[in-house]
Amino acid sequence: MRRLSPWLVVAMALGYLFLYAPILILVVYSFNESKLVTVWGGFSTKWYGELAANDKLLDAAWLSLRIAAASATGAVVLGTLCAITLVRFGRFRGRLLFSAMTTAPLVMPEVITGLSMLLLFVALQQLTGWPDGRSALTIAIAHITFATAYVSVVVQARLGQMDRSLEEAALDLGARPLRVFFTITLPLILPSLVAGWLLAFTLSLDDLVIASFVSGPGSTTLPMVVFSSVRLGLSPEINALATILLGTVAFCVIIAGIVLSRRRGERA
Amino acid sequence: MANGTSPANSAPGARPPVLSIERASRRFGDVVAVDRVDLAIGQGEFFALLGESGCGKTTLLRMIAGFELPDEGRILIDGQDMSRTPPYDRPVNMVFQSYALFPHMTVAHNVGYGLRQEGMARSERDDRVAEVLSLVELSALAKRKPHQLSGGQRQRVALARGLAKRPKILLLDEPLGALDRKLRERTQFELMALQARTGTTFILVTHDQEEAMTMSNRIAVMRAGRIHQIGPPRQLYEYPNSRFVADFIGSANLLMGEVVGMEAGVVRVRLQSGGQTVAIEVEAGVSFPTGQSVTVMVRPEKMEAGRQAFGGPNELTGEVVDIAYLGDLSIYHVATAGGIKVQVAMANRQHRQGKPLERGEGVHLAWHPSDAVILTE
Ligand SMILES: Nc1ncnc2c1ncn2[C@@H]1O[C@H](COP(=O)(O)OP(=O)(O)OP(=O)(O)O)[C@@H](O)[C@H]1O
Ligand SMILES: [Mg+2]
Repeated sequence: MRRLSPWLVVAMALGYLFLYAPILILVVYSFNESKLVTVWGGFSTKWYGELAANDKLLDAAWLSLRIAAASATGAVVLGTLCAITLVRFGRFRGRLLFSAMTTAPLVMPEVITGLSMLLLFVALQQLTGWPDGRSALTIAIAHITFATAYVSVVVQARLGQMDRSLEEAALDLGARPLRVFFTITLPLILPSLVAGWLLAFTLSLDDLVIASFVSGPGSTTLPMVVFSSVRLGLSPEINALATILLGTVAFCVIIAGIVLSRRRGERA
Repeated sequence: MANGTSPANSAPGARPPVLSIERASRRFGDVVAVDRVDLAIGQGEFFALLGESGCGKTTLLRMIAGFELPDEGRILIDGQDMSRTPPYDRPVNMVFQSYALFPHMTVAHNVGYGLRQEGMARSERDDRVAEVLSLVELSALAKRKPHQLSGGQRQRVALARGLAKRPKILLLDEPLGALDRKLRERTQFELMALQARTGTTFILVTHDQEEAMTMSNRIAVMRAGRIHQIGPPRQLYEYPNSRFVADFIGSANLLMGEVVGMEAGVVRVRLQSGGQTVAIEVEAGVSFPTGQSVTVMVRPEKMEAGRQAFGGPNELTGEVVDIAYLGDLSIYHVATAGGIKVQVAMANRQHRQGKPLERGEGVHLAWHPSDAVILTE
């Protein structure tokens, strides 16, 4: 193996430092004894204890997790259907429009998505009486809307790689189209569904802008709580919370990585 | 003995057709991939569809399997019109060129997949899977996944999967294309043995004429979506019905000319280049009008080259321009006095002549009147 030049090593170290130093500092300071976020006062886990007693933060975290799980699941279902339509159904009328519209949320400014969702919910409520005010439900719906686009892109890539003759072989062996989907297509694109789900989950978990538009009085998500409390002053409790979230996300990503790499050998 | 109108599209003997295709066509935009094809294939035949790349072989096979619906014409399997029947309801199975093994299932599950769709009971299914796996000698690998197999083993799994449902017809799309030469030759004979043992009708797509000739009872030669000739390998080789088939199957010397007379089963043709007149025997009842332009086809191994004149009715002179020594035989490329190039294949026998022909030598060429074929297309 070629030896790395010292310049390359320095450049790489600086790059990683730039990316990960803030996160590292956050984790380190979550174990800070001192109440002042910027002053090191010795090691302690007391903020984790405080956190466990802070109902407001915990409620918000629990709500955020539930919304994230629900919207990730919804987005995976819709995004997969969308990807299959685009990849498998050939050139139907309006395909280009459909394709453009499903990917538009990727580049849409969040403020516009949030505002338009809000207007939609208000108009809907006036016309039909549903949804009854803004709540966790409206946040989840808004999150599904934009996360679907991400899932669709991920699944499309996987479907595009998949050998069509696998599905044809299943049809040839007597399986009806729906059977083919559940026994052949779905297992083979499963890794991309897992990846899409995790992506949608994280996107929903850290969304502040859209949630702010469509949340109601009783539905304050974690990013909203963090954001408003940080404006009043930093608190080591937030660091502790962020560290726990970081751990959870890292755990999910590692599991997903193991699942994906275990299946790689079986790829068609 | 030669002629231009051999019984080309003869039905498959006494065997009842398990597949009949009636004027079936399939178009993709401007491309006519399959053009008014008529075909009848008998129960138990090993049939080959032969043609160069893009001639519509795969499309025709996919029409039989049900993946492409004919734009016109009909496809009958065992006498039943199945032109519009979806693939999962046809008693036909296919071995894909890429094998299309399900990567997330074991070999046994791959082979049993079709039986499971039929709703066959577990125990019966296991028995059948074991049976076909032993047929292709893969019993030991039943628990493996496809990515743990070699190319040849994958090919046999694909074959076993296709045979597991005991289809009326097994379709094979260039099944040996991905194998190296040695393995391919061995697999050819295994496939033939398997076909004989199961009695299943095989339809094989290939662009390799040697493969088609080795394995099949009958061959259909396709070009640009049309079938040019159907017949047993020997018939296609000895009596091609067109210049295209003559050239495509084996190598052929094609001499253009004009009919100048006919008597007692012998046609006289004056060659365009050189102007010699040659005689070709034809079957009784076959006749050609004087003045018709025709092509005389002589296979390289049916021509003789020598230093002395042969004194027969068909004789040309020329010069050896190239010699390909192949061990058992040599191919002599000869430029005739008339300015055309012909090939002569002769066995390298010690006692034949004293000294073998050399490049640059003047030679006489001859062939027997019954060894040439007159082609009008
Ligand atoms: N789905 C399709 N859409 C458009 N054109 C097609 C399609 N399938 C085949 N064709 C065209 O039809 C013609 C015949 O194709 P086909 O695949 O049957 O050829 P082939 O004889 O199997 O060739 P090869 O030996 O290269 O596999 C080709 O010109 C091809 O481009
Ligand atoms: Mg093909």
